[in-house]
Amino acid sequence: MKKIEAFIRHEAFEPIRAELLDKGFPSLSIIEAKGSGRQKGIVERYRGSTLTVNVRPKLKLEVVVEDKDRDLVVETILKHARTGEVGDGKIFVLPVEEAIRIRTGEDGQSVLQLHEESEIPT
Amino acid sequence: MKKRLLIAGLGAAVASLVLPGVASAAPLADTVAEKASELDMVWVAVACVLVFLMQAGFMFLEIGFSRQKNVGTGVAKILINLAIVTIAWWAIGYGVAEGGGNKIFGDTGFFFHFNQTIGSGSEAFQVAGGDSMLMLYGLAFCAVSLAIVWGTTLERIKFGAYVIYAIVFGAVIYPLIAHAVWGGGLLSDIGGKPVMDFAGSSVVHLTGAVGALAALLLLGPRIGKYDADGKPRAIPGHSMPLVGLGVIILWIGWFGFNGGSTFETSASFFGEVMLNTQLAAAAGVIGASIAVYMKSRTLDVGMAGNGAIAGLVGITAPSGFVEYWAAPIIGLVAGFIVVYAVLAIDRLLDDPVGALSAHGLAGIWGTLAVGIFASPRLIVEGAGPGIWYGIFGDESLGTAFGQLGVQGLAVAFTFVVVFAISIATFALIKATIGLRVPAEEEDAGLDISSHGMYGYPEQFIPQPEYSTGLPTTLHRGGVPVAAPAPAQMTATEPTSGGLSA
Repeated sequence: MKKIEAFIRHEAFEPIRAELLDKGFPSLSIIEAKGSGRQKGIVERYRGSTLTVNVRPKLKLEVVVEDKDRDLVVETILKHARTGEVGDGKIFVLPVEEAIRIRTGEDGQSVLQLHEESEIPT
Repeated sequence: MKKRLLIAGLGAAVASLVLPGVASAAPLADTVAEKASELDMVWVAVACVLVFLMQAGFMFLEIGFSRQKNVGTGVAKILINLAIVTIAWWAIGYGVAEGGGNKIFGDTGFFFHFNQTIGSGSEAFQVAGGDSMLMLYGLAFCAVSLAIVWGTTLERIKFGAYVIYAIVFGAVIYPLIAHAVWGGGLLSDIGGKPVMDFAGSSVVHLTGAVGALAALLLLGPRIGKYDADGKPRAIPGHSMPLVGLGVIILWIGWFGFNGGSTFETSASFFGEVMLNTQLAAAAGVIGASIAVYMKSRTLDVGMAGNGAIAGLVGITAPSGFVEYWAAPIIGLVAGFIVVYAVLAIDRLLDDPVGALSAHGLAGIWGTLAVGIFASPRLIVEGAGPGIWYGIFGDESLGTAFGQLGVQGLAVAFTFVVVFAISIATFALIKATIGLRVPAEEEDAGLDISSHGMYGYPEQFIPQPEYSTGLPTTLHRGGVPVAAPAPAQMTATEPTSGGLSA
């Protein structure tokens, strides 16, 4: 199993989410992050003085998938998050030791799978 | 013009009540008339303040319906617009609206000053204190009308567009419409019938909404409003409490808007107008709430607010012409109109606050409602009563339908004139400085991109954790709570070794 962490622009999230859902990866998390890369900070002007904020708002997208799905997810993120400008963000891929579904206690790769339709409460 | 004559007429009426032949009577009658006129102006002054307060209502309403990255710009817009329209109205607008002249525009009263001669012939007068009060009250209306324009343009328009359009609007667009209806222009006498628009359902609200439509057509929707198939998506505003505050401030301001349009205190007629206003606003909330619940099975907070505004806009024209029973009907219908219109317009046009529906369609409804419900007791000289009184009463149906036609003509005239000048102005802005910010500025938000600062800085700038050093003392309800015992502290830090080990 792999955990894919991507720091992306806010506006890239919706198309990525839509395509991942389409391809069968509904489970993901986003975290409002603030960070800095090579992109410069933001200069804020307040009543005549300036304040440089060296971190910019980004979204951190987290998805845990089976090893075989790694490339598919990474390519999806690359496809929608790349504008070619500085500030597009980064993707990190980490190994995952264990995955456990809290409701049932089951573990292993099966918890990453899509639910059967009948299992999903309306 | 009319207002001034009205006041003079009132003075004459008071004077005629006093018996002639008593030596001290004439000066006393003069004094009474003078005081009555001054009392009228005090009421207009109170109403004027309430109407200016509506600027705060528009500000909170629009900010509440915007996202957090576009809130500071809403404040800047209200302040700059109010400032520009004030100067434009003083220099040019008042003269065009109220300065006598021909059927199209007034030609005196520019750069309004004391003792200036305004109008010509028998209607000419020298500016005094009371005229200044009325001029200021007119400005408050113009500023409201301008504030309505920007409801459709939130979160993507270039700030420069506000500045340029505000000059044109305050100097030309609003004054032309106000002159046509209230300044002795085209719409004040159509085949002997005047348009009845008591406080401006069409003059103020429809005018603003048509300007808003022109801006929106050239501006286009916000990024992300429509998906690839063209289906509309909600872009929720960030604060329903601010929307609610805005609605309530507007609601209260409306008592000055409608009530003050009596321009006088005689017979306390303003009380009737204010009660009509309240009844319609209440019915607007109920109408919109029922409509949105029927449509979506939820009680949408923003729609309830839109319903209040629609009810108020609807009653603006009829408020001085209808009986109490008609006001809730007018408000209820306006409430239904606003919900269905917002949902229908949303499929095609991105109007973040529903200005086209709440001010435009409800404004048209209000103007026409005069032709349906105007009471024979209250209509102005020469006008026909509402068709209700033709069908269920003894009034002539022909006259009533004639008046409804005149009301319809006012709607058409307002739409055509305002739309033509507005679309030309916005097209000019688009061709020169540009109407819309670049996509990356829209994504980042107008606060940081247009104004260099955030409206809510802490949402965007990380704050350091507050630390007093060691040991931490917890406070609960103002009473200091004893710090955890040292033994417990060390227990959570096994690496430090120590006492409990």
